[in-house]
Amino acid sequence: MMKSLKDQLNKLVRFVPTWCLYVLGALPAPWLFYLGLTGGLGVDPVKAIEHRYGELALQFLIASLAITPMRRFLGLNLIKFRRALGLLCFFYVSCHLLVWLVLDVQIIAQILKDIIKRPYITVGMTSFLLLLPLAVTSNNASIRKLGNRWRKLHRLAYVAAVLGAVHYIWLAKGFQIEPLVYLAVVLFLLLLRLRLQPMRRLVS
Amino acid sequence: MAHRWKNNLSADDVTSEALFWNRRKILAGLAGSGLAAATGQSAQAAEGEALTPNTWEDVTSYCNFYEFGTGKSDPSLFARKMTTSPWSVEIDGLVERPGAYSFEDIMSEMTIEERIYRFRCVEAWSMVVPWNGFELADLLNLAGIQDGAKYVSFETLYRPQEMPGTVYPVLEWPYREGLRLDEAMHPLTMMATGIFGKPLPNQNGAPLRLVVPWKYGFKSIKSIVKITLTDTQPETSWNMANAREYGFYSNVNPNVDHPRWSQGSERVLGGGLFAKRQDTLMFNGYEEEVAHLYEGMDLAKFN
Repeated sequence: MMKSLKDQLNKLVRFVPTWCLYVLGALPAPWLFYLGLTGGLGVDPVKAIEHRYGELALQFLIASLAITPMRRFLGLNLIKFRRALGLLCFFYVSCHLLVWLVLDVQIIAQILKDIIKRPYITVGMTSFLLLLPLAVTSNNASIRKLGNRWRKLHRLAYVAAVLGAVHYIWLAKGFQIEPLVYLAVVLFLLLLRLRLQPMRRLVS
Repeated sequence: MAHRWKNNLSADDVTSEALFWNRRKILAGLAGSGLAAATGQSAQAAEGEALTPNTWEDVTSYCNFYEFGTGKSDPSLFARKMTTSPWSVEIDGLVERPGAYSFEDIMSEMTIEERIYRFRCVEAWSMVVPWNGFELADLLNLAGIQDGAKYVSFETLYRPQEMPGTVYPVLEWPYREGLRLDEAMHPLTMMATGIFGKPLPNQNGAPLRLVVPWKYGFKSIKSIVKITLTDTQPETSWNMANAREYGFYSNVNPNVDHPRWSQGSERVLGGGLFAKRQDTLMFNGYEEEVAHLYEGMDLAKFN
């Protein structure tokens, strides 16, 4: 039963073009902005949009990190979607950053001071900077050109994910569960990778 | 002792819902007719004189009341479960007449007046709220203050079966706050029992809450069930959770940053997506009235 379900899912994946994911994944960005403009996000639309974009970025990053373990442990092959998930993550991080710069803080001197002085912003900003080269090299030409170095470079996503989750925990007031859950999921997905390597070595 | 302080914000600074929408419509209409450019400047000047209006909707749908959840809309969604009648406030400690004071008994003794105050949250957002209530000094005098009293501590209702947010250890429940006695007796310090001339909605701290307009919002403790006069500085919830970030005084001060964000400016709520940030005022604009309370104190140290 499980096996046939898995096979069917894998077959289904082959028929879903990746542009569908790009379109569906990007839709919440203009939709949230529209809601913010028309009062659909409540009294404080700036914070609401800022938080939703940040959360979506973290969710897409987590989804992209789940691809490899899902193939290895569940036999579900979604690798063709990984680039889209990663780029969507970068898209939402950029939106998140833009909202913070333009709609939230607004004042340039304040922005620079915040990046240096506020640890949670420093951490978030670092995460963004780590994702930047990954977004730039998310194309076939770069993969060919960089060869093995491409894989090494893209391990920066692990660091970016941890920093992203820490950024979220750090900005929460009081003891809050949700940001901790994000960090736990990130660490779990990374832990699965740590255990893979010795096992592979044993086999070979 | 009522009417010791007079508003310099008039009732016109609070825009009723009807007026708010009316003005929006007029502006929108002007934009449509192409007249906006011609009249835009004067409209902006008028906006600058009056404070940004906050509506009933703003004040009642965007609240921090962690007993009902940490989301801003959680209190408006879940606070209706809270029973506010019957209600009594236990007043004890260094008072002449300790005991349980029923809400009705308190109300029959107090003079209710309207106070339009700026409200500045530690999270760097602000509103303007028209409160109804009485001076805290009047309530403390009703109980009689003993000579040795130096501080006042307050406690919020803690009733887990009616407060879904309390299953999470966000803070140590019940919520606690405190003031120095001279702060508590200050004419600006009030116990609010209503907003916009209506009884206080549950999410805003029904049936009675503290309002200390020159301090960050979390000092203005909601749904009070206990008031204790003491001779030692009481423990306060946010200070217990994180002393480095939330001091006992927590006066609004643009020159002393919260460790994680600047307090120099604030987002004025109700202005939509493109609202401009506003500079935060010393003591939230009440410097003239309250600065003398802290004379000689290092406000960065006693933050």
